[in-house]
Amino acid sequence: MKIKISADHIRLLIPLVSLAVLLVAVFWLQPRAMSYLGLNLLFNLAVPIALATIAQMLVIAVNDLDLSIGTFVSFAACVTAVYMPSTPLLGIFILAVAIAAYAFMGMIIHLRDLPSIVVTLGMSFVWGGLAVLILPSPGGQAPVWLRSMMTAQTPIIPFAIVASLVIGIVAHLIVMKSTLGVAIRGVGGNARSVSRAGWSVLRIKVAAYALSGFFSVLAGMALVGLTTSADANIALRYTLLSIAGVILGGGEFVGGRVSPIGAVVGALTLTLAGSFLSFLRISPDWQIGAQGAVLIVVLGLRLIFSRREA
Amino acid sequence: MTTPVVAVRGASVTFGAVRALSGVDLEISAGEAVGLVGHNGAGKSTIVNVINGGLTPHEGSVSYGGMASGMTGVSAARAGGVRCVFQELSLCSNLSIVENARLMHAGLTGFGWRKRALALIETKLSEVFPGNRVDCSATVGTLSIAERQMVEIALNFLDVSGPPKLVILDEPTSSLDSALAEQMLAHVRKFVSGGGSVLLISHILGEILSTSTRIVVMKDGGVVAARPVSEFTGKSLVEAMGSVVREKTRTGVRTVLDTSPTVIDIPATPRTGLGLKARKGEVIGLAGLGGHGQTAMLLALFRERSSNWLPHRPDEIAFVAGDRALNGTFPLWSILRNLSVGNLGALSKRFSVHAANEDAVGAEWKQKTAIRTPDMHLPILSLSGGNQQKVLFARALSTPARIVLMDDPMRGVDIGTKQDVYSIIRAEAEAGRTFIWYSTEMDEICLCDRVYVFRDGAIVAELSGDEVSEHNVLAASFSGEAA
Repeated sequence: MKIKISADHIRLLIPLVSLAVLLVAVFWLQPRAMSYLGLNLLFNLAVPIALATIAQMLVIAVNDLDLSIGTFVSFAACVTAVYMPSTPLLGIFILAVAIAAYAFMGMIIHLRDLPSIVVTLGMSFVWGGLAVLILPSPGGQAPVWLRSMMTAQTPIIPFAIVASLVIGIVAHLIVMKSTLGVAIRGVGGNARSVSRAGWSVLRIKVAAYALSGFFSVLAGMALVGLTTSADANIALRYTLLSIAGVILGGGEFVGGRVSPIGAVVGALTLTLAGSFLSFLRISPDWQIGAQGAVLIVVLGLRLIFSRREA
Repeated sequence: MTTPVVAVRGASVTFGAVRALSGVDLEISAGEAVGLVGHNGAGKSTIVNVINGGLTPHEGSVSYGGMASGMTGVSAARAGGVRCVFQELSLCSNLSIVENARLMHAGLTGFGWRKRALALIETKLSEVFPGNRVDCSATVGTLSIAERQMVEIALNFLDVSGPPKLVILDEPTSSLDSALAEQMLAHVRKFVSGGGSVLLISHILGEILSTSTRIVVMKDGGVVAARPVSEFTGKSLVEAMGSVVREKTRTGVRTVLDTSPTVIDIPATPRTGLGLKARKGEVIGLAGLGGHGQTAMLLALFRERSSNWLPHRPDEIAFVAGDRALNGTFPLWSILRNLSVGNLGALSKRFSVHAANEDAVGAEWKQKTAIRTPDMHLPILSLSGGNQQKVLFARALSTPARIVLMDDPMRGVDIGTKQDVYSIIRAEAEAGRTFIWYSTEMDEICLCDRVYVFRDGAIVAELSGDEVSEHNVLAASFSGEAA
């Protein structure tokens, strides 16, 4: 099969190139990062962000936007840290109910034709409140199995990179290869023609939201496995980071154009951008702004390429 | 006789006050190519939506050959072998052709469906359009409009779990060039001779006459003629589409003096067809089938005469929107504010709206256009559709604009309101305003002093004076032997 360079390839190429450029810059500033331990440290915190980005991507794929991911991941982290070590069944039950609530939220948004931004913004306060109720002050602990999984010593390639690869491939299979994934992206592209072909748009949207909730729960658990404790505000940044990751990875807000591999790469790039700025001794106060600047540069590049094609 | 592929019996559909379909019977048997023709609002799209299951008739029934008659809806239609190529392109442009095929055909399941789908599409596409160069693994968004149309047609003829029994083609050739259109029609004829059936809608009468075995003519939501194709000629088709009753007598039409100054003059070009000229005090009608470039012309006229940056001179041009909900009313505002927003500059003093001026203008136009409301401060949505439309007219007419553009503003308006508005338009035209009026209703077109007929985005005919008649407008709207 011959290789064709299409718009989709360029879309994926830009985040990959920006990741490579950042990585080279980090290695140049801090050569010791170029090791098993160094890479693991650089990308450790990217794992939960990558999972949250996939969750956001599923919602963006159906032309919605989820502003509650940050608080929902915090909530899932609190549930994990409080209930998983002592009463795992109760913990799993609570998380399952939370995923069902996500699916229900998708149903309400579709049936009542509500703006997803408003509904999820409202829900973000619900999740935040529940998280505080469960864990009023920072604490809890990671279940042993989760802790050992997140700190596993994989041979040759650090765990953080293996995990990111696995997340990317699984999400790619679900969103790009499976029939459900085709339907989800179809709803984003042209919901009317999907329903004209005899599909239930409601079911597809509910499935997308449920999957999104599932990935958010995984993000919360991964975060607890890394930090060993939780806090009701532990993942508030994830809302904007996940949106940025999806867009950075070649996704678009409307039209069902998303790329799971790109989203994971986008999450890695954003994490790395933070480390890069630390190596430059830029204070963390400036880092959010600098991440924004990275985002603007990448989006500008994409605009230039897509203009040239048109 | 075998059971028909689809049988519509006594179907009626109403949208609010508009009766879109009144008791239509239509049966399509295997091996039949039915051509469906009719002017705007004849009920073509409604019957298509009834057949493909997207619309459940309020009275009457639809049944698909050999299936229990109780089943309705999109899935019943698809199970009955009904496929539909819609007038507007309806593929998901973010998905690949193969993925679109998967969405359209539930039978493409199991391991390796992508490969099977790709092979099926490639075969079908080269069968319908021999020698095409469409890359079947591409994303739909990267294809040209014609290629998308070709793919959509091929996808609907795809034989996945059983061949399609009835393929509905709604203006399938609108974005194909003549060679491709001929290839498609040849495939339709082959499909029909092989026992399939087709429902073909087209504004090109030549296609209808050359491809159909039977022609159904619709008007005002009913079937007015259904005969074998051999009994029709292009001329008789156009006649059948027209009023069965008398020709409309044109009353109250004034002859505008040729000496009055020209306010709009668009020269003729190969792309836009004949030029358009409008004199002061004239009512110009834009006719033709819906979506053939009339709205685009109005928008271009408006854009040309208004500035993007600064408020334009208010005496130039005003626009009356057709789709009230989409771009007409401000649904949360009062009637008065909806009216005055068109001319706030003149009502203002020291950069703020002068309430007494606003009330005065509101009272004046409430009386002039007979808006039926006890209080102009009530919300706009408290009015009926027709009265909302009057407010939109008042918004345009209360400005000093010399040219008023109207984008089919009478859709779904009751007859009483229409008469009111017609007389206002007359009076304002007498007073020297120019109206450019796009209408899909023949009665309104016949009220105009001069009419331009659009087809395929270009002006193809200019009718003035006594030439303005339903027959002439129809003949120009449909190309083919009649033109």
